[in-house]
Amino acid sequence: MRDIIRMIVVLAVLGALSGGGLAFVKKNTEEKIEYQVLKFVKGPAILEIMAGCSNDPIVDRIKIKDGEIERDFYVGVFNGKPNAVAYETMGKGFGGPMGVMVGVNLDTDELIGMGVTSPFAETPGLGARAKTEESFKNSFKGLSINKPVKVKTEGGGVDAISGATITSKGVCAAVTGSSEFYNKLKPQIIEKAAAFAK
Amino acid sequence: MSETSLVQEFTKGLWKEIPPFRLVLGLCPTLAVTKAFDTGFGMGLALTFVLVCSNILVSLGRKIIPSKVRVPCFIIIIATFVVIVELVMQAYTYSLFLRLGIFIPLIVVNCIVLGRAEAFASKQGIGRSILDGFGMGLGFTISLSVLGSIREIFGAGKWAGMELFGASFQPFTFMVEAPGAFVCLGLMLGIMNLFGKE
Repeated sequence: MRDIIRMIVVLAVLGALSGGGLAFVKKNTEEKIEYQVLKFVKGPAILEIMAGCSNDPIVDRIKIKDGEIERDFYVGVFNGKPNAVAYETMGKGFGGPMGVMVGVNLDTDELIGMGVTSPFAETPGLGARAKTEESFKNSFKGLSINKPVKVKTEGGGVDAISGATITSKGVCAAVTGSSEFYNKLKPQIIEKAAAFAK
Repeated sequence: MSETSLVQEFTKGLWKEIPPFRLVLGLCPTLAVTKAFDTGFGMGLALTFVLVCSNILVSLGRKIIPSKVRVPCFIIIIATFVVIVELVMQAYTYSLFLRLGIFIPLIVVNCIVLGRAEAFASKQGIGRSILDGFGMGLGFTISLSVLGSIREIFGAGKWAGMELFGASFQPFTFMVEAPGAFVCLGLMLGIMNLFGKE
């Protein structure tokens, strides 16, 4: 009997100490880990969109509640003014869902760039070129977020990737679809982004 | 065993009982993460930390822990330190963490750590246990670094990410694939046996 009690006590104390220690470490590394994940997973797309900004958009991010969902907006400061945001939205590609990072100029509502993030399971050599094809990515620049974004064959301004119509249209649809929450949250974005002005 | 000097306690892990070559334990991470020098080195350091910390605690608790539940206790102690390593790696060296992936959590069931806890630290004083942990950890780090270097140099023509040879170099890609790991390990074991006594 004494043996059993001793075993229980030792295991319980050890378990409690371990749990407490881990909670402490987790609390202290949580923020850092979140930053690292953003930097390595979404960072490349964000930094490409925000090329030339004077801040670190991954640090200067704002969280805004959109109903149940919390959305992240990455603020880019150009010439001292926080007038660009990037945000992630989901689109449907050929190989399943895909993450699309959209960059918008807050003053003019024009797109400043587009990049794909994860998940991204498009066909290598075809749809996967959405990640690298400059002419495709650049053709988004300057388009208005308030008008439906379409590929050229449908009368829009986007140079579709040849051989990857579904991916191209999926990205366009994702960008178009995101205008809804962008416009809804825009007043809050501007208000919060103002804090990053230099 | 207690006649061995403190220095020997440390140095035995560096040659006489160097893991994984002499002990031939912990082969799973050894084969899997030694595609390159830096992953092998990182894995070695992570394991050294876990080994030293778990040896300290196991040695401290050797009179309190009832022998019937010693293995669960060891596992709790080891798992705690492994999660700490995992969190710290995520927070500070995220790219390394991405490449080591599942093999960091798998240190929990690494035979070397559990083996040293069971065979050494649970019977010896704290000073000797620390030295043993350091020696074994360092030996493991050296082994993995050497193995990783050989495979990286021959298989990719690089060392720690730096190009070593000109463009004319044809990488022997067999070395960075899984079968190459076995062959390379086997050759090293053979060479070590050639020079070592017994």
